[in-house]
Amino acid sequence: MFDPKNLILDNPDEGVFRVHRSAMTSLEVLRMEQERIFNKCWLYLCHESEVENPGDYRRRNVAGRPLFFIRGSDGKLRVFLNTCTHRGALICRHDQGHADVLQCFYHAWSFNNQGDLVGVPDEAGYPDSFNRAAMGLKPPPRVESYRGFVFVSFNPDVEELVTYLAGAREYLDLIVDQAEKGMRIISGSNRYSIKANWKLLVENSLDGYHVRPTHKTYFEYVNSLGINTSGVQTAFSRPALVLGNGHAVEEHDGIRGRPIARWSPLFGEENKEEIAAIRAGLVRKFGEQKARHMADVSRNLLVYPNLLIIDSIDITVRIFWPITPDLMDVTAWQLAPRDEKPELLARRLDNFLTFHGPGGFATPDDVEAIESCQAGYKAEGVEWSELSRGMHREAIAEDELQLRAFWRQWFGHMSGMGTVETNDPVIRQRAALAR
Amino acid sequence: MPEASSTGSDGSAPTLRETVEEFLYREAALLDAWRLDEWLALFTADGRYLVPTTDLQDGDPRNDLVFIDDDMVRLRARVERLKSRHGHREYPSSRTRHFISNIRIKVEDGAIVVSSSFIVYRFRMGESSPYIGWYEHRLKRVDGELRIHHRKAVLDLEALSEHGAVSIIL
Repeated sequence: MFDPKNLILDNPDEGVFRVHRSAMTSLEVLRMEQERIFNKCWLYLCHESEVENPGDYRRRNVAGRPLFFIRGSDGKLRVFLNTCTHRGALICRHDQGHADVLQCFYHAWSFNNQGDLVGVPDEAGYPDSFNRAAMGLKPPPRVESYRGFVFVSFNPDVEELVTYLAGAREYLDLIVDQAEKGMRIISGSNRYSIKANWKLLVENSLDGYHVRPTHKTYFEYVNSLGINTSGVQTAFSRPALVLGNGHAVEEHDGIRGRPIARWSPLFGEENKEEIAAIRAGLVRKFGEQKARHMADVSRNLLVYPNLLIIDSIDITVRIFWPITPDLMDVTAWQLAPRDEKPELLARRLDNFLTFHGPGGFATPDDVEAIESCQAGYKAEGVEWSELSRGMHREAIAEDELQLRAFWRQWFGHMSGMGTVETNDPVIRQRAALAR
Repeated sequence: MPEASSTGSDGSAPTLRETVEEFLYREAALLDAWRLDEWLALFTADGRYLVPTTDLQDGDPRNDLVFIDDDMVRLRARVERLKSRHGHREYPSSRTRHFISNIRIKVEDGAIVVSSSFIVYRFRMGESSPYIGWYEHRLKRVDGELRIHHRKAVLDLEALSEHGAVSIIL
């Protein structure tokens, strides 16, 4: 009998951390993830800037469920299940658009942009018990946002979003605070599928260990532009950080510079002053230490279970959903300061294109790597994947602590044991000694 | 494979359509044969190669997110990467076949603007994935030879659902 408790071996005394590969191949595991993770957690839906004006809407699937979000005439962003309360047809049939009234094409029921049912053809045909006021579009059980990032949950009893975010909150602040006038999502998104289990993209996105071997051609390209990338040898030696509730961050030195705010030749002499001014502004506002953390360090942040924010030269927002155990759908967007100078925006977009995009010089190799893992699992004879790197020491970004943090939370949910401590015991012990 | 013919089918000077079609077929053949340095030589010095995202087909790379926006420096780097054994998505190389049809030609301010439909099949690791869409080639004559000034491949796909990436040159 399948028991999720048997999927992870976590034995700190012996330095053992292994994940059973059936966690990536079993349909039963996927069904249980749907029930115990995707139906229970907060899940990322959108950024508020994606619907700027009253009537703007977009549709999007979350955990396989069709939703749409729309800014009402009252200026409020609302989220609805994308299904007519009459007989079920999709209400929102465009990926994006603008509407004061959304009409179901099937029987022409009409809803205003705040979700109220405002038109029913031949309403007199319904019995007296028919209550039009109660037949408005239905929202998911919970919708909350944090600093522009909108999340939904299908669990009415889920904790408040800010509590759920735990230590990830500070890192979201660190990203959002880089822009004085707020952030916006740039038009155009990357939609691609990867023939691999969704958790392999979690691992890949938090994994500093693969960067040098897998992305050699990317660094060759950057070198060819006259940027010194020798710093990559030590860039991933910062301490690994887990943020509670399965959230984690992999931080590394921003050796190629950052538009906010560390100049490198990548940005051209003409932008040196602008970047220095942005940096000075951050120091004034947040003090030297926090400004340095914002401006010199790049980070890959996981908001458990499946939101990745990659804050480097560009800021990539990436979400991915399992379709089958060996297939996921990925969407990625670009986040940028609203008031960014066009020259710096161009560098930001360039970086997305050369690294993070599916047409870039790095992401396709990540896709290849995790598809290759998935293909390798078919060999079956090797039952466990090894994730113990750095378990015996104060783990660094190149270790696998961040991955273990994700997996421990995953294990807590799947096994029904609830929230588990996601840090390595060696770090917990030292923290206890320090107190 | 025979190279571009310098005469029309009846021995007369080729028409613009014959010249353009032959040029596009030769380009496709170079890509399918992975003769990428020769393909690169088809561009003008200020050439550009653009692939918009599937959800924003008229995306402007200055303001919007696109899949690919290469000037010649980046396009050369792309070709180098495709030739490297460390470009893992294309090592070992996939097999590809570029089909071109529905060719329409306009002449605008000295530039030859060609739109065509494409299907590009990619075969690798037991998988096959077709990229379907349309090209816009803006061609110029340099020293009497046609050269690509601007090459745009617009995908009709709703997402890269079979493909995972745009790792080949479309």
